[in-house]
Amino acid sequence: MPDKYICEVVYNEQLADDVHSIKIVNKELTSQARPGQFIHIKCGNERLLRRPISISSITGAAMDVVFEVKGEGTLWLSKCEVGSPVDIIGPLGNGFTIPDGNLIVVGGGIGVPPLLFAAEAAKGVVTAILGFRNKDRVILIDAFEKECSSVHITTDDGSLGAHGAVTVPLTKLLDDNPHSAVIACGPQAMLKAVAKLCIAKDVSCQVSLEEKMGCGVGACLVCVCETSVMGTPDMSRVCVEGPVFEATDIAWGEQ
Amino acid sequence: MVNLNIDFAGVKFKNPIITASGTFGFGREYSAYYDLSQLGGICVKGLTLNPRLGNKPPRIAETAMGMLNSVGLQNPGVKGFIRDELSFLRQYKTVVIANISGNTVDEYAQMAQMLSDAGVDMLEVNVSCPNVKAGGMQFGTSQEGVASVTQAVKASSNIPVMVKLSPNVTDIAQMAKAAEESGADAVSLINTLLAMRIDTATRRPMLYNNVGGLSGPAIFPVAVRMVWQVAQVVKIPILGMGGVMTGDHAVEMMLAGASLVGVGTACFDNPYAPIDVIKGIEEYMVKNEVHAASELIGKVILN
Ligand SMILES: Cc1cc2nc3c(=O)[nH]c(=O)nc-3n(C[C@H](O)[C@H](O)[C@H](O)COP(=O)(O)OP(=O)(O)OC[C@H]3O[C@@H](n4cnc5c(N)ncnc54)[C@H](O)[C@@H]3O)c2cc1C
Ligand SMILES: Cc1cc2nc3c(=O)[nH]c(=O)nc-3n(C[C@H](O)[C@H](O)[C@H](O)COP(=O)(O)O)c2cc1C
Ligand code: FES
Repeated sequence: MPDKYICEVVYNEQLADDVHSIKIVNKELTSQARPGQFIHIKCGNERLLRRPISISSITGAAMDVVFEVKGEGTLWLSKCEVGSPVDIIGPLGNGFTIPDGNLIVVGGGIGVPPLLFAAEAAKGVVTAILGFRNKDRVILIDAFEKECSSVHITTDDGSLGAHGAVTVPLTKLLDDNPHSAVIACGPQAMLKAVAKLCIAKDVSCQVSLEEKMGCGVGACLVCVCETSVMGTPDMSRVCVEGPVFEATDIAWGEQ
Repeated sequence: MVNLNIDFAGVKFKNPIITASGTFGFGREYSAYYDLSQLGGICVKGLTLNPRLGNKPPRIAETAMGMLNSVGLQNPGVKGFIRDELSFLRQYKTVVIANISGNTVDEYAQMAQMLSDAGVDMLEVNVSCPNVKAGGMQFGTSQEGVASVTQAVKASSNIPVMVKLSPNVTDIAQMAKAAEESGADAVSLINTLLAMRIDTATRRPMLYNNVGGLSGPAIFPVAVRMVWQVAQVVKIPILGMGGVMTGDHAVEMMLAGASLVGVGTACFDNPYAPIDVIKGIEEYMVKNEVHAASELIGKVILN
């Protein structure tokens, strides 16, 4: 069962400008965690609301989360010293459904980390397409290379890998290999483009969404996104029905 | 052993702590964390006659020691609640309070009758939701509005009726009096304070709905003041809420005049908040040799 756990920070590393990776230890928490799930972190006593961060990797009782410093909460987290306790609720959310066959993971920017856990858990051939703003923002490539049979990098400015959007290599991969399943995490515009492409090609696609959260457990209804299942509009909770949704269930036109 | 029991408008509560409407869903989520029978009562998410999808996101914005929400009463409707949620809540030995919002006086009356027949223990009549155009606050900001809704709900139900008051008025005590004179068995306060935040980078409001309701520790002193003011003018009991995070806060609410205390936003910080608040009240009582929680109600010593 998800619960409130006090975990110990055992490692804190800066991966790029403003991007940090911290490793926390708590056996109960890690033993339940599935790829695509997130944890709800109390970032100090000065802020009322917790911050949701995806699980990036699990090794035994240790869990990695990788995050970008956006505001005060993530700044606090980036300064967590080794040995200090953090108050976490988790693991939360539904997580990815890892397919048996070939998997393509598509990530953009700070959406890349949770795909590593998915790649670790996958049994079939995994291909990664990872997009970043420029070469200085590139993270976790070594880790992905260990878990994936091939890793394609794109940057917005062409400073590393292919110049342009992740949908370019994705289109080619799907043309060559139409039976793969796609899971994607990243900025809304990227997710929309990936979803449209997969829907057009009739490829199974799961996307991991973000929305501002209160409780994180399904009780307050602040974290909803617009969904449409079989044509019926609904407001689904990103913290419970998500963060992972079938691309076909999202009301993309509205966003 | 301290006695935490509270007799409130004829309903027996095992302790003074109620989960505040809209912050605790229909109890299912937090039932995974602890036995809901430990709670004095559960006030469910605000219900409307027909199901509602609520407002578009973003529905939440953080502010110093508080938060704004603009959920807009997303709920499965009264029928959906009775069909899918009520029997789940009934497994627990705790008081079940249904919170209702209507577009018209007649809708309030219909909902009151359906819920009273379905066997909920008590009604909380929301005339104070800042997040929907009709329903909510339009009734709660005039004495006539409060009176007409209260009378209609009383006439169509046979369970105790509590009216939830809006803090977005000049004189909340007058609203409480209007509720009492119209037959309300209790009042609850406060609902959220109408508020706004703007993102300076985009120059857009942080909430899609532009404005929303402020809750959490930021509103606690306002809530204490309003509970105290209302306690001066009504004889019916008060459920006090707004920013309660600890047992000591709950005691403060009771000293101001509340018989029961709601815990809402605190749950987002800590799922165990209602349980911890109950423990905190007990600790205060033991330390201060208070034998019955009811002895705290309205016992502020004024200067
Ligand atoms: C399911 C989920 C998983 C996430 N995983 C990651 C991850 O692995 N790595 C990572 O860097 N970021 C992740 N995010 C985004 C992360 O939660 C925000 O960047 C973070 O909350 C910002 O907090 P802050 O105090 O630094 O920023 P501020 O802007 O000061 O935050 C103000 C408020 O807005 C909320 N908020 C701001 N941006 C977001 C956002 N994008 N999503 C949700 N809430 C937001 C904050 O939680 C806080 O309540 C995830 C979000 C969700 C919903
Ligand atoms: C996310 C959210 C949803 C709410 N929904 C309702 C509601 O449906 N009906 C209602 O009467 N009050 C609602 N409220 C108000 C609370 O019940 C309570 O009056 C208020 O939040 C103050 O208490 P708190 O600071 O402890 O949260 C809501 C509050 C929040 C934060
Ligand atoms: S954050 Fe409360 S329901 Fe999702």
